[in-house]
Amino acid sequence: MITLRGLTKRFGDTTVLDGIDLDIADGERVVVIGPSGTGKSTLLRCLNFLDRPDAGTITVGDVHVDAGHATRGDILSLRRATSFVFQNYALFANKTALENIMEALVTVQGRPRAEAEQRARAILAETGLTEKAGSYPAALSGGQQQRVGIGRAMAIGADLMLFDEPTSALDPEWIGEVLDLMRRVAEQRQTMLIVTHEMQFAREIADRIVFIDGGRIVEAGRPEDVLDTPRDERLKRFLKRVL
Amino acid sequence: MRALDLDYMLGLVPVILGYVPLTLFMAAVAMVCALVLASLLAVERVIRVPGLDWLVVLFISFFRGTPLLVQLFLFYYGLPQVVSFLTQINGVTAAIMGLTLHFSAYMAEAIRAAITGVDRSQWEAAQSIGMTQAQTMRRIVLPQAGRIAAPTLVNYFIDMIKGTSLAFTLGVTEMMGATQKEASGSFLYFEAFLVVAILYWVIVETLNQVQRQLETYLNKAYAR
Repeated sequence: MITLRGLTKRFGDTTVLDGIDLDIADGERVVVIGPSGTGKSTLLRCLNFLDRPDAGTITVGDVHVDAGHATRGDILSLRRATSFVFQNYALFANKTALENIMEALVTVQGRPRAEAEQRARAILAETGLTEKAGSYPAALSGGQQQRVGIGRAMAIGADLMLFDEPTSALDPEWIGEVLDLMRRVAEQRQTMLIVTHEMQFAREIADRIVFIDGGRIVEAGRPEDVLDTPRDERLKRFLKRVL
Repeated sequence: MRALDLDYMLGLVPVILGYVPLTLFMAAVAMVCALVLASLLAVERVIRVPGLDWLVVLFISFFRGTPLLVQLFLFYYGLPQVVSFLTQINGVTAAIMGLTLHFSAYMAEAIRAAITGVDRSQWEAAQSIGMTQAQTMRRIVLPQAGRIAAPTLVNYFIDMIKGTSLAFTLGVTEMMGATQKEASGSFLYFEAFLVVAILYWVIVETLNQVQRQLETYLNKAYAR
Protein backbone atom coordinates (compact mmCIF):
# COMPACT_ATOMS: atom_id res chain seq x y z
CA MET A 1 0.00 0.00 0.00
CA ILE A 2 1.31 3.42 -0.97
CA THR A 3 -0.06 6.57 0.66
CA LEU A 4 0.73 10.19 -0.14
CA ARG A 5 -0.65 13.00 2.01
CA GLY A 6 -0.29 16.69 1.30
CA LEU A 7 2.81 16.26 -0.85
CA THR A 8 4.07 19.74 -1.69
CA LYS A 9 7.04 20.91 -3.73
CA ARG A 10 8.07 24.46 -4.56
CA PHE A 11 10.80 25.67 -6.87
CA GLY A 12 11.43 29.23 -5.73
CA ASP A 13 8.09 31.04 -5.91
CA THR A 14 6.46 28.38 -8.08
CA THR A 15 4.41 25.70 -6.36
CA VAL A 16 4.84 22.64 -8.57
CA LEU A 17 3.02 20.16 -6.31
CA ASP A 18 0.21 21.68 -4.29
CA GLY A 19 -0.73 19.12 -1.66
CA ILE A 20 -1.07 15.81 -3.52
CA ASP A 21 -3.12 13.07 -1.78
CA LEU A 22 -2.98 9.68 -3.43
CA ASP A 23 -3.46 6.04 -2.38
CA ILE A 24 -2.19 3.20 -4.51
CA ALA A 25 -3.15 -0.40 -3.71
CA ASP A 26 -0.65 -3.25 -3.99
CA GLY A 27 -0.43 -4.41 -7.59
CA GLU A 28 -2.32 -1.38 -8.86
CA ARG A 29 -1.18 0.37 -12.03
CA VAL A 30 -1.73 4.10 -11.95
CA VAL A 31 -1.02 6.31 -14.95
CA VAL A 32 -0.48 10.03 -14.45
CA ILE A 33 -1.45 12.33 -17.33
CA GLY A 34 -1.54 16.07 -17.71
CA PRO A 35 -0.11 19.05 -19.60
CA SER A 36 3.67 19.57 -19.58
CA GLY A 37 5.07 21.47 -16.65
CA THR A 38 2.24 20.58 -14.27
CA GLY A 39 4.30 18.53 -11.87
CA LYS A 40 3.86 14.96 -13.16
CA SER A 41 7.58 14.24 -13.27
CA THR A 42 8.17 16.18 -10.06
CA LEU A 43 5.64 13.94 -8.32
CA LEU A 44 7.59 10.85 -9.32
CA ARG A 45 10.93 12.44 -8.50
CA CYS A 46 9.66 13.43 -5.04
CA LEU A 47 8.60 9.83 -4.38
CA ASN A 48 12.22 8.81 -4.99
CA PHE A 49 13.60 11.93 -3.28
CA LEU A 50 15.48 12.91 -6.44
CA ASP A 51 13.64 16.16 -5.75
CA ARG A 52 13.13 16.84 -2.08
CA PRO A 53 9.49 17.59 -1.27
CA ASP A 54 8.89 20.57 1.02
CA ALA A 55 5.98 19.11 2.95
CA GLY A 56 3.73 16.06 3.19
CA THR A 57 4.17 12.40 3.99
CA ILE A 58 5.04 9.40 1.86
CA THR A 59 4.32 5.83 2.93
CA VAL A 60 5.55 2.95 0.79
CA GLY A 61 5.02 -0.44 2.45
CA ASP A 62 6.82 -0.28 5.81
CA VAL A 63 8.65 2.92 4.97
CA HIS A 64 7.15 6.14 6.24
CA VAL A 65 8.78 9.48 5.47
CA ASP A 66 7.75 12.92 6.65
CA ALA A 67 9.15 15.26 4.01
CA GLY A 68 9.75 18.06 6.49
CA HIS A 69 12.00 15.93 8.72
CA ALA A 70 13.40 13.29 6.38
CA THR A 71 16.72 11.91 7.60
CA ARG A 72 19.40 10.46 5.36
CA GLY A 73 18.32 7.01 6.55
CA ASP A 74 14.67 7.72 5.68
CA ILE A 75 15.65 8.75 2.20
CA LEU A 76 17.75 5.63 1.61
CA SER A 77 14.93 3.40 2.89
CA LEU A 78 12.46 5.12 0.57
CA ARG A 79 14.77 4.79 -2.42
CA ARG A 80 15.25 1.11 -1.67
CA ALA A 81 11.47 0.61 -1.56
CA THR A 82 10.93 2.36 -4.88
CA SER A 83 12.63 2.12 -8.26
CA PHE A 84 12.85 4.66 -11.02
CA VAL A 85 12.87 4.41 -14.80
CA PHE A 86 14.26 7.58 -16.37
CA GLN A 87 13.15 9.29 -19.55
CA ASN A 88 16.78 9.46 -20.77
CA TYR A 89 17.54 5.87 -19.52
CA ALA A 90 20.50 7.10 -17.39
CA LEU A 91 22.27 3.75 -17.55
CA PHE A 92 25.63 3.63 -15.78
CA ALA A 93 27.95 4.46 -18.67
CA ASN A 94 30.91 2.61 -17.15
CA LYS A 95 29.03 -0.66 -16.69
CA THR A 96 27.75 -3.33 -19.07
CA ALA A 97 24.05 -4.13 -19.44
CA LEU A 98 24.45 -7.03 -17.02
CA GLU A 99 26.44 -4.95 -14.52
CA ASN A 100 23.83 -2.19 -14.65
CA ILE A 101 21.22 -4.69 -13.47
CA MET A 102 23.57 -6.30 -10.92
CA GLU A 103 24.69 -3.04 -9.34
CA ALA A 104 21.82 -2.62 -6.87
CA LEU A 105 21.91 -6.31 -5.93
CA VAL A 106 25.63 -6.26 -5.10
CA THR A 107 26.23 -2.74 -3.80
CA VAL A 108 22.91 -1.87 -2.16
CA GLN A 109 21.52 -5.25 -1.14
CA GLY A 110 24.92 -6.83 -0.47
CA ARG A 111 24.14 -10.11 -2.19
CA PRO A 112 26.96 -12.50 -3.18
CA ARG A 113 28.21 -11.81 -6.69
CA ALA A 114 27.28 -15.20 -8.11
CA GLU A 115 23.71 -14.97 -6.83
CA ALA A 116 23.39 -11.39 -8.10
CA GLU A 117 24.64 -12.38 -11.52
CA GLN A 118 22.21 -15.28 -11.75
CA ARG A 119 19.31 -13.00 -10.84
CA ALA A 120 20.51 -10.28 -13.23
CA ARG A 121 20.78 -12.78 -16.09
CA ALA A 122 17.21 -13.92 -15.43
CA ILE A 123 16.01 -10.31 -15.59
CA LEU A 124 18.06 -9.66 -18.72
CA ALA A 125 16.33 -12.66 -20.30
CA GLU A 126 12.94 -11.13 -19.44
CA THR A 127 13.96 -7.94 -21.20
CA GLY A 128 14.97 -10.02 -24.22
CA LEU A 129 18.55 -8.82 -24.13
CA THR A 130 20.46 -11.95 -23.09
CA GLU A 131 22.88 -11.59 -25.99
CA LYS A 132 23.65 -7.99 -24.97
CA ALA A 133 24.84 -8.88 -21.45
CA GLY A 134 28.40 -7.72 -22.11
CA SER A 135 27.50 -4.59 -24.10
CA TYR A 136 28.07 -1.11 -22.73
CA PRO A 137 25.20 1.41 -22.95
CA ALA A 138 26.92 3.36 -25.75
CA ALA A 139 26.66 0.28 -27.97
CA LEU A 140 22.90 -0.22 -27.39
CA SER A 141 19.96 1.34 -29.24
CA GLY A 142 17.63 3.67 -27.34
CA GLY A 143 15.04 0.93 -27.01
CA GLN A 144 17.59 -1.56 -25.74
CA GLN A 145 18.97 0.99 -23.24
CA GLN A 146 15.52 1.67 -21.87
CA ARG A 147 14.81 -2.07 -21.56
CA VAL A 148 18.02 -2.39 -19.52
CA GLY A 149 16.85 0.66 -17.53
CA ILE A 150 13.61 -1.14 -16.73
CA GLY A 151 15.60 -4.29 -15.91
CA ARG A 152 17.75 -2.32 -13.49
CA ALA A 153 14.62 -1.02 -11.79
CA MET A 154 13.07 -4.53 -11.70
CA ALA A 155 16.16 -5.93 -9.97
CA ILE A 156 15.52 -3.87 -6.87
CA GLY A 157 12.30 -5.77 -6.21
CA ALA A 158 10.72 -2.49 -5.14
CA ASP A 159 7.25 -2.11 -3.68
CA LEU A 160 6.63 0.64 -6.21
CA MET A 161 8.10 1.14 -9.68
CA LEU A 162 8.12 4.70 -11.01
CA PHE A 163 8.22 5.32 -14.77
CA ASP A 164 9.00 8.90 -15.79
CA GLU A 165 7.94 9.23 -19.46
CA PRO A 166 9.89 6.09 -20.34
CA THR A 167 9.22 6.34 -24.09
CA SER A 168 9.39 10.10 -24.63
CA ALA A 169 13.06 10.16 -25.63
CA LEU A 170 12.74 7.16 -27.96
CA ASP A 171 12.59 7.04 -31.73
CA PRO A 172 9.13 5.76 -32.71
CA GLU A 173 10.56 2.43 -33.91
CA TRP A 174 11.73 1.55 -30.37
CA ILE A 175 8.59 2.55 -28.42
CA GLY A 176 6.76 -0.73 -29.00
CA GLU A 177 9.40 -2.97 -27.44
CA VAL A 178 9.59 -0.80 -24.32
CA LEU A 179 5.80 -0.77 -23.87
CA ASP A 180 5.77 -4.55 -24.38
CA LEU A 181 8.26 -4.97 -21.55
CA MET A 182 6.17 -2.70 -19.31
CA ARG A 183 3.14 -4.87 -20.05
CA ARG A 184 5.12 -7.93 -18.94
CA VAL A 185 6.11 -6.12 -15.72
CA ALA A 186 2.45 -5.25 -15.15
CA GLU A 187 1.43 -8.90 -15.57
CA GLN A 188 3.56 -9.72 -12.52
CA ARG A 189 1.20 -7.60 -10.40
CA GLN A 190 3.96 -5.06 -9.83
CA THR A 191 2.68 -1.79 -8.37
CA MET A 192 3.44 0.87 -10.97
CA LEU A 193 3.11 4.64 -11.17
CA ILE A 194 3.61 5.76 -14.75
CA VAL A 195 3.85 9.19 -16.34
CA THR A 196 3.27 8.85 -20.07
CA HIS A 197 1.89 10.61 -23.11
CA GLU A 198 0.99 7.28 -24.75
CA MET A 199 -2.78 7.51 -24.26
CA GLN A 200 -3.61 4.20 -25.95
CA PHE A 201 -1.10 2.43 -23.72
CA ALA A 202 -2.45 4.26 -20.66
CA ARG A 203 -6.00 3.09 -21.43
CA GLU A 204 -4.84 -0.48 -21.84
CA ILE A 205 -2.49 -0.84 -18.85
CA ALA A 206 -3.97 1.46 -16.20
CA ASP A 207 -6.27 0.40 -13.39
CA ARG A 208 -6.67 4.08 -12.71
CA ILE A 209 -5.77 7.29 -14.50
CA VAL A 210 -4.90 10.43 -12.57
CA PHE A 211 -5.09 13.83 -14.30
CA ILE A 212 -2.81 16.47 -12.78
CA ASP A 213 -2.96 20.16 -13.62
CA GLY A 214 -1.45 23.08 -11.73
CA GLY A 215 0.14 20.78 -9.17
CA ARG A 216 -3.16 19.22 -8.07
CA ILE A 217 -5.05 16.05 -8.87
CA VAL A 218 -8.00 17.35 -10.84
CA GLU A 219 -9.69 14.11 -11.79
CA ALA A 220 -9.01 10.42 -11.22
CA GLY A 221 -10.79 7.21 -12.07
CA ARG A 222 -11.06 4.20 -14.34
CA PRO A 223 -9.47 4.75 -17.78
CA GLU A 224 -12.77 4.61 -19.63
CA ASP A 225 -14.35 7.17 -17.27
CA VAL A 226 -11.44 9.61 -17.34
CA LEU A 227 -10.69 9.30 -21.05
CA ASP A 228 -14.21 8.85 -22.49
CA THR A 229 -16.46 10.81 -20.14
CA PRO A 230 -14.26 13.49 -18.59
CA ARG A 231 -16.02 15.96 -16.29
CA ASP A 232 -13.42 18.65 -15.68
CA GLU A 233 -13.08 21.33 -18.37
CA ARG A 234 -9.28 21.34 -18.25
CA LEU A 235 -9.20 17.57 -18.69
CA LYS A 236 -11.59 17.86 -21.66
CA ARG A 237 -9.34 20.46 -23.28
CA PHE A 238 -6.24 18.37 -22.58
CA LEU A 239 -7.77 15.23 -24.07
CA LYS A 240 -8.94 17.11 -27.16
CA ARG A 241 -5.31 18.02 -27.80
CA VAL A 242 -3.71 14.63 -27.20
CA LEU A 243 -6.27 12.09 -28.38
CA MET B 1 83.77 24.56 -31.67
CA ARG B 2 84.99 21.12 -30.69
CA ALA B 3 83.66 17.69 -31.72
CA LEU B 4 81.42 15.73 -29.35
CA ASP B 5 83.17 13.00 -27.38
CA LEU B 6 80.87 10.19 -28.54
CA ASP B 7 82.84 7.43 -26.79
CA TYR B 8 82.45 9.28 -23.50
CA MET B 9 78.72 9.71 -24.14
CA LEU B 10 78.20 6.02 -24.95
CA GLY B 11 80.16 5.04 -21.87
CA LEU B 12 78.00 7.33 -19.74
CA VAL B 13 74.70 5.78 -20.85
CA PRO B 14 74.94 2.58 -18.72
CA VAL B 15 76.18 4.62 -15.73
CA ILE B 16 73.12 6.92 -15.79
CA LEU B 17 70.78 4.06 -16.68
CA GLY B 18 71.74 2.55 -13.33
CA TYR B 19 69.93 5.45 -11.66
CA VAL B 20 66.75 5.17 -13.73
CA PRO B 21 65.15 2.75 -11.21
CA LEU B 22 65.54 5.30 -8.38
CA THR B 23 64.07 8.08 -10.53
CA LEU B 24 61.12 5.91 -11.54
CA PHE B 25 60.69 4.66 -7.97
CA MET B 26 60.37 8.21 -6.63
CA ALA B 27 57.98 9.22 -9.40
CA ALA B 28 55.85 6.07 -9.08
CA VAL B 29 55.50 6.22 -5.29
CA ALA B 30 54.75 9.96 -5.43
CA MET B 31 52.19 9.36 -8.22
CA VAL B 32 50.29 6.70 -6.28
CA CYS B 33 50.25 8.83 -3.11
CA ALA B 34 49.31 11.96 -5.08
CA LEU B 35 46.45 10.13 -6.83
CA VAL B 36 44.96 9.00 -3.52
CA LEU B 37 45.40 12.42 -1.91
CA ALA B 38 44.13 14.27 -5.00
CA SER B 39 41.00 12.08 -5.17
CA LEU B 40 40.23 12.84 -1.54
CA LEU B 41 40.82 16.55 -2.08
CA ALA B 42 38.70 16.55 -5.25
CA VAL B 43 35.81 14.70 -3.61
CA GLU B 44 35.91 17.18 -0.75
CA ARG B 45 35.84 20.08 -3.22
CA VAL B 46 32.73 18.59 -4.84
CA ILE B 47 30.73 17.73 -1.72
CA ARG B 48 32.19 20.59 0.38
CA VAL B 49 32.49 19.28 3.91
CA PRO B 50 31.73 22.21 6.22
CA GLY B 51 34.80 23.29 8.19
CA LEU B 52 37.13 21.33 5.91
CA ASP B 53 36.52 23.16 2.66
CA TRP B 54 38.57 26.27 3.43
CA LEU B 55 41.51 24.09 4.50
CA VAL B 56 41.44 22.17 1.22
CA VAL B 57 41.17 25.41 -0.76
CA LEU B 58 44.15 26.79 1.16
CA PHE B 59 46.18 23.60 0.61
CA ILE B 60 45.54 23.58 -3.14
CA SER B 61 46.22 27.29 -3.41
CA PHE B 62 49.56 27.05 -1.57
CA PHE B 63 50.93 24.02 -3.42
CA ARG B 64 49.92 25.39 -6.82
CA GLY B 65 51.05 28.88 -5.95
CA THR B 66 54.66 28.20 -4.96
CA PRO B 67 57.53 26.60 -6.94
CA LEU B 68 58.27 22.91 -6.42
CA LEU B 69 61.93 23.71 -5.68
CA VAL B 70 60.95 26.13 -2.92
CA GLN B 71 58.61 23.50 -1.42
CA LEU B 72 61.35 20.85 -1.49
CA PHE B 73 63.82 23.17 0.26
CA LEU B 74 61.15 24.12 2.78
CA PHE B 75 60.55 20.43 3.64
CA TYR B 76 64.11 19.19 3.57
CA TYR B 77 66.13 22.07 4.94
CA GLY B 78 63.50 24.18 6.68
CA LEU B 79 60.97 22.00 8.48
CA PRO B 80 63.48 19.85 10.46
CA GLN B 81 64.60 23.02 12.24
CA VAL B 82 61.13 23.49 13.69
CA VAL B 83 59.71 19.94 13.74
CA SER B 84 62.23 17.64 15.43
CA PHE B 85 61.09 14.20 14.19
CA LEU B 86 61.63 15.33 10.58
CA THR B 87 65.41 15.35 11.08
CA GLN B 88 65.30 11.61 10.39
CA ILE B 89 63.95 12.10 6.89
CA ASN B 90 66.34 11.40 4.02
CA GLY B 91 66.42 13.15 0.66
CA VAL B 92 64.46 10.46 -1.20
CA THR B 93 61.59 10.55 1.31
CA ALA B 94 61.55 14.35 1.30
CA ALA B 95 61.46 14.41 -2.50
CA ILE B 96 58.59 11.91 -2.60
CA MET B 97 56.69 13.95 -0.01
CA GLY B 98 57.29 17.19 -1.89
CA LEU B 99 56.28 15.73 -5.25
CA THR B 100 53.19 14.15 -3.69
CA LEU B 101 51.93 17.34 -2.08
CA HIS B 102 52.80 19.56 -5.03
CA PHE B 103 51.23 17.41 -7.71
CA SER B 104 48.22 16.34 -5.62
CA ALA B 105 47.14 20.00 -5.66
CA TYR B 106 47.21 20.11 -9.47
CA MET B 107 45.68 16.68 -9.87
CA ALA B 108 42.90 17.52 -7.40
CA GLU B 109 41.76 20.32 -9.69
CA ALA B 110 41.86 18.02 -12.73
CA ILE B 111 39.87 15.32 -10.93
CA ARG B 112 37.39 17.85 -9.53
CA ALA B 113 36.74 19.18 -13.02
CA ALA B 114 36.30 15.62 -14.28
CA ILE B 115 33.83 14.77 -11.50
CA THR B 116 31.83 17.86 -12.41
CA GLY B 117 31.92 16.66 -16.02
CA VAL B 118 30.13 13.39 -15.20
CA ASP B 119 26.50 13.73 -16.27
CA ARG B 120 24.03 14.62 -13.52
CA SER B 121 21.81 11.72 -14.58
CA GLN B 122 24.53 9.28 -13.46
CA TRP B 123 24.21 10.60 -9.88
CA GLU B 124 20.44 10.42 -10.00
CA ALA B 125 20.42 6.89 -11.37
CA ALA B 126 22.79 5.72 -8.62
CA GLN B 127 20.73 7.42 -5.93
CA SER B 128 17.48 6.06 -7.37
CA ILE B 129 18.65 2.49 -6.77
CA GLY B 130 19.47 3.37 -3.15
CA MET B 131 23.23 3.88 -3.30
CA THR B 132 24.77 6.13 -0.67
CA GLN B 133 26.73 9.20 -1.69
CA ALA B 134 30.00 7.37 -1.00
CA GLN B 135 28.94 4.33 -3.07
CA THR B 136 27.82 6.62 -5.90
CA MET B 137 31.16 8.36 -5.86
CA ARG B 138 33.25 5.20 -5.69
CA ARG B 139 31.39 2.95 -8.11
CA ILE B 140 29.84 5.29 -10.66
CA VAL B 141 31.24 8.82 -10.63
CA LEU B 142 34.98 8.37 -9.93
CA PRO B 143 35.47 5.63 -12.55
CA GLN B 144 33.91 7.87 -15.19
CA ALA B 145 35.78 10.93 -13.94
CA GLY B 146 39.00 8.90 -14.04
CA ARG B 147 38.54 8.27 -17.74
CA ILE B 148 37.94 11.97 -18.39
CA ALA B 149 40.96 12.96 -16.30
CA ALA B 150 43.33 10.18 -17.46
CA PRO B 151 45.20 12.10 -20.21
CA THR B 152 45.75 15.06 -17.87
CA LEU B 153 46.90 12.78 -15.05
CA VAL B 154 49.42 11.01 -17.30
CA ASN B 155 50.76 14.44 -18.23
CA TYR B 156 51.25 15.23 -14.56
CA PHE B 157 53.05 11.91 -14.13
CA ILE B 158 55.41 12.93 -16.92
CA ASP B 159 55.97 16.28 -15.19
CA MET B 160 56.62 14.36 -12.01
CA ILE B 161 59.31 12.19 -13.58
CA LYS B 162 61.06 15.31 -14.80
CA GLY B 163 60.47 16.88 -11.37
CA THR B 164 62.43 14.10 -9.65
CA SER B 165 65.57 15.72 -11.14
CA LEU B 166 65.16 18.40 -8.45
CA ALA B 167 65.85 15.75 -5.82
CA PHE B 168 69.54 16.15 -6.61
CA THR B 169 69.36 19.52 -4.85
CA LEU B 170 68.47 17.54 -1.70
CA GLY B 171 71.62 15.45 -2.11
CA VAL B 172 69.91 12.48 -3.75
CA THR B 173 71.99 10.76 -6.41
CA GLU B 174 69.36 10.01 -9.03
CA MET B 175 69.76 10.44 -12.81
CA MET B 176 70.47 14.16 -12.61
CA GLY B 177 72.66 13.91 -9.52
CA ALA B 178 74.72 11.10 -11.06
CA THR B 179 75.18 13.09 -14.26
CA GLN B 180 76.28 16.14 -12.31
CA LYS B 181 78.91 14.08 -10.51
CA GLU B 182 80.19 12.50 -13.74
CA ALA B 183 80.36 15.86 -15.48
CA SER B 184 82.29 17.57 -12.72
CA GLY B 185 84.86 14.76 -12.95
CA SER B 186 85.26 14.84 -16.74
CA PHE B 187 84.47 18.51 -17.38
CA LEU B 188 82.47 17.33 -20.41
CA TYR B 189 79.31 19.10 -19.28
CA PHE B 190 77.67 19.32 -22.69
CA GLU B 191 78.04 15.61 -23.42
CA ALA B 192 76.93 14.57 -19.94
CA PHE B 193 73.82 16.71 -19.81
CA LEU B 194 72.94 15.85 -23.39
CA VAL B 195 72.99 12.15 -22.48
CA VAL B 196 70.74 12.64 -19.46
CA ALA B 197 68.38 14.87 -21.47
CA ILE B 198 68.03 12.15 -24.12
CA LEU B 199 67.42 9.49 -21.48
CA TYR B 200 64.61 11.56 -19.86
CA TRP B 201 63.19 12.13 -23.32
CA VAL B 202 63.17 8.40 -24.11
CA ILE B 203 61.41 7.63 -20.80
CA VAL B 204 58.75 10.29 -21.45
CA GLU B 205 58.16 9.14 -25.02
CA THR B 206 57.75 5.56 -23.82
CA LEU B 207 55.12 6.80 -21.38
CA ASN B 208 53.32 8.66 -24.16
CA GLN B 209 52.98 5.33 -25.95
CA VAL B 210 51.59 3.76 -22.78
CA GLN B 211 49.11 6.63 -22.49
CA ARG B 212 47.78 5.96 -25.98
CA GLN B 213 47.22 2.30 -25.09
CA LEU B 214 45.57 3.36 -21.85
CA GLU B 215 43.18 5.70 -23.62
CA THR B 216 42.15 3.01 -26.07
CA TYR B 217 41.50 0.69 -23.13
CA LEU B 218 39.52 3.29 -21.15
CA ASN B 219 37.40 4.23 -24.15
CA LYS B 220 36.37 0.61 -24.69
CA ALA B 221 33.12 1.09 -22.78
CA TYR B 222 32.16 4.10 -24.85
CA ALA B 223 32.76 2.73 -28.35
CA ARG B 224 29.67 2.55 -30.53
